[in-house]
Amino acid sequence: MYKLLLCWRYLRTRYIALVSIISVMLGVATMIVVNSVMEGFSGEMQNRIHNSTSDIVIDALDFAGMPDAEYQFEQIRKAAGEDIEAMSPVVLTIGMLNLSPGGRSISMPVRVIGIDEATQGLVSDFNKYLQHPENRKKMSFALREDKYDTRDHQADGDAPDRSIMAEAGWKRRRMIAESLAREQKNRWENPAGAEIRRQSYVEGAEGGAAAPRGAAEGDPEGNVPPPVENVPTGDIFQQNPALAAAAAPAFDMAKDQHTGIVLGMLLASRRFLLDSDEPNGGCEDRFYVLPGEDVKLTFPTAGTPPKVASDTFTVVDFFESKMSESDSSFVFVPIRELQRLRGMSASAADAGMINQILIKLKPGVDGDRVRDKLKAIYPETMYSVQTWRDQRSPLLAAVQLETTILNVLLFFIIAVAGFGILAIFYMIVVEKTRDIGILKSLGASRGGVMGIFLAYGLSLGLVGSGAGLVIGLLFVQYINQIADFLSWVRGMPVFDPTIYYFNKIPTSLVPQTVISIVVGAVAIAVLASILPARRAARLHPVEALRYE
Amino acid sequence: MSDDRERIPHPTTSIDPHRHSMPRVPGSPLFSGPHFQVPKTERAEKAISTSVTIIPMINASPTESPLPAENQIDHLRTIDLYKSYRKGSVEVPVLRGVEVNIRPGEFLAIEGQSGSGKSTLLHLMGTLDGPDKGEIHFHGRRIDNLPARNRDTLRNKRIGMIFQFYHLLPELSMLENVLSPLMIADGVWSYLKNRRKYRETAKSLLNLMGLSHRLKHKPRELSGGEMQRAAIARALIARPELLLADEPTGNLDQATGREILKILRTLNEEQNITIVMVTHDQSLAAQADRIVRLKGGVIEG
Repeated sequence: MYKLLLCWRYLRTRYIALVSIISVMLGVATMIVVNSVMEGFSGEMQNRIHNSTSDIVIDALDFAGMPDAEYQFEQIRKAAGEDIEAMSPVVLTIGMLNLSPGGRSISMPVRVIGIDEATQGLVSDFNKYLQHPENRKKMSFALREDKYDTRDHQADGDAPDRSIMAEAGWKRRRMIAESLAREQKNRWENPAGAEIRRQSYVEGAEGGAAAPRGAAEGDPEGNVPPPVENVPTGDIFQQNPALAAAAAPAFDMAKDQHTGIVLGMLLASRRFLLDSDEPNGGCEDRFYVLPGEDVKLTFPTAGTPPKVASDTFTVVDFFESKMSESDSSFVFVPIRELQRLRGMSASAADAGMINQILIKLKPGVDGDRVRDKLKAIYPETMYSVQTWRDQRSPLLAAVQLETTILNVLLFFIIAVAGFGILAIFYMIVVEKTRDIGILKSLGASRGGVMGIFLAYGLSLGLVGSGAGLVIGLLFVQYINQIADFLSWVRGMPVFDPTIYYFNKIPTSLVPQTVISIVVGAVAIAVLASILPARRAARLHPVEALRYE
Repeated sequence: MSDDRERIPHPTTSIDPHRHSMPRVPGSPLFSGPHFQVPKTERAEKAISTSVTIIPMINASPTESPLPAENQIDHLRTIDLYKSYRKGSVEVPVLRGVEVNIRPGEFLAIEGQSGSGKSTLLHLMGTLDGPDKGEIHFHGRRIDNLPARNRDTLRNKRIGMIFQFYHLLPELSMLENVLSPLMIADGVWSYLKNRRKYRETAKSLLNLMGLSHRLKHKPRELSGGEMQRAAIARALIARPELLLADEPTGNLDQATGREILKILRTLNEEQNITIVMVTHDQSLAAQADRIVRLKGGVIEG
């Protein structure tokens, strides 16, 4: 009983002990905050990785691919049919994308992915990342009339301005066709005046399509690039109606589209940070190209040696998985068209060569087990069978390592707090030497005296980590408000949405982690009090009583 | 939380009239005897000033006096005690073959100059320290070689100690200080169960000491005399049979010192508590039943 009473009194009267409480508290709070942010980031990242690819991916190591998707599906079903929900074939290649925003030609290396629009949405979250609500329901490579999202549908709360998307679709296409037709007419009639008109179109486009600054500032001297190659949305045939009529007599830009293409959001736009004080996080997305416009895509054919194949595609949607790596390099085209252009299928009836099979598993099925089954029929020398985790294992391992190292480092904070407790307790034991002697003269046992200081350490640990827990949880709860406040104080953003492509700091609290942090901190406090407590217990009562 | 009620058996129960008249029943309060049912009167407040009033109060049941003949076995006996302390590499002998017999109910004064070893002797008697050589017997039973746990229990329940510097715990109120031996004896639950009874006992004891108006005060708010009276109350709360007093008046002015000594005398006479008092003051020692002089670590004369 006296242990509890004395421990309670010491807790209330020794203000120096508050210092150790505070250090335990800060350690616990920091660990909780850092862990939940790391957990939030890696959880969000895993989610995105998982959603942008399928559960299991079978890759042909040979770039030429594997034949006959239907036959492959049959083989897979035979091996692990009961675990599989859906499968989708993919053709992969590299390519060069050519955009011409505001009269300038921009070429970008891209990863060309031929997908089956009907099944791609079944094996991955591909559809979710599109910008047209109808495409999210049922993906199609046909251009939509309008009603593209003017606001990021995945963002909750603030999102960058994308009001320009209201113009996208057939609407945009007809507008461009009209302006081109007008210009061609003028040029045909008055070649000298064409240049001026072209320039005015460019300025109009800049205002309308919000092309990046500089694209159309042009040269005031009239030192303009050669006109033919740089006409916007350049289909070369449209430069010359006679030529166009001969080559594609039925193609009318206002009514027809080329093969559809879905561009990665970061290929089509750039995010600009204007002013962090404004709503929307002060960000604005500016587009190089909008759905409805045409782009050119160049890629190698499947023959040996490869030849160059090129075609014009009509942008029908954007793909935004929020994984900057994918969003800045993926373009999706219909698989059949890609096979045809690359010479991967002999005829329209032939299923053609494919590079990849995406497999979606039924819920709760262990991916590793199915992967091992499939490895039996797809030998490792020719194919790679990977779960989504395997595919990104270096990245996931890196994040895991980062979390571990951070935790080890942060645990040192609490360990430092532990040494603080140790030092402060030694002081208190020295200060209380006479009291310890008194207690012993009254018949308190060694264990009892030790118990006082262990209970003291325990209560410091409990109070400190309790307070740390509360502060940590509050911090996590209001982390975005705190980040905003810090941004305001520092005058520059703490969390830059243009870097992370999250508008908010993701957090996730794992109860087990929180519990083990608190338990660990309490254990350290108790461990740190063992030495001083033993010293107190071993004090000789006579010497302790004489102590002044 | 030792609830260790183990105690050294009395060699003969009858030697201790006080215990004889009031046997300890397990589970019952340590002293439900009639003499602790002190009515709270104004007289009690003034009790310490006149020994006439305190005697009937503390000792409502008449003491069996003189002691029966068979009780002549020593209450405490030291046999050829040696003790030395080490100062660096030099060994300083403090006690060199001390033999003292203390009879039950006796008020013994051990007188000696500073450094004569009298405090060391008292600490050895209270088992706070062990002798280098020699034996200490408590009711004829050797106690200096008991395991630490038994010695703790002995100190807690059968021996009360008071010190020159009072040695109250500064964090606790006076009432809590007085209760502390009971807190040490009992575990949390049994203490909480008996809390009310204990507090009543402690209050009546403090009442007797004239301190009932100071229950909630911390030691630093008390005068020296008040602190020493509180220390005596603390020493008495577990109803010990032996009281060891180490210069109990050494830090007090003469009048207060006399008051304290009067209380000790009363306790000795009325409750038959054996008292060993260590002092360097001859006039103080003269008030004891018997004086033993310690000089240079040996008993003189």
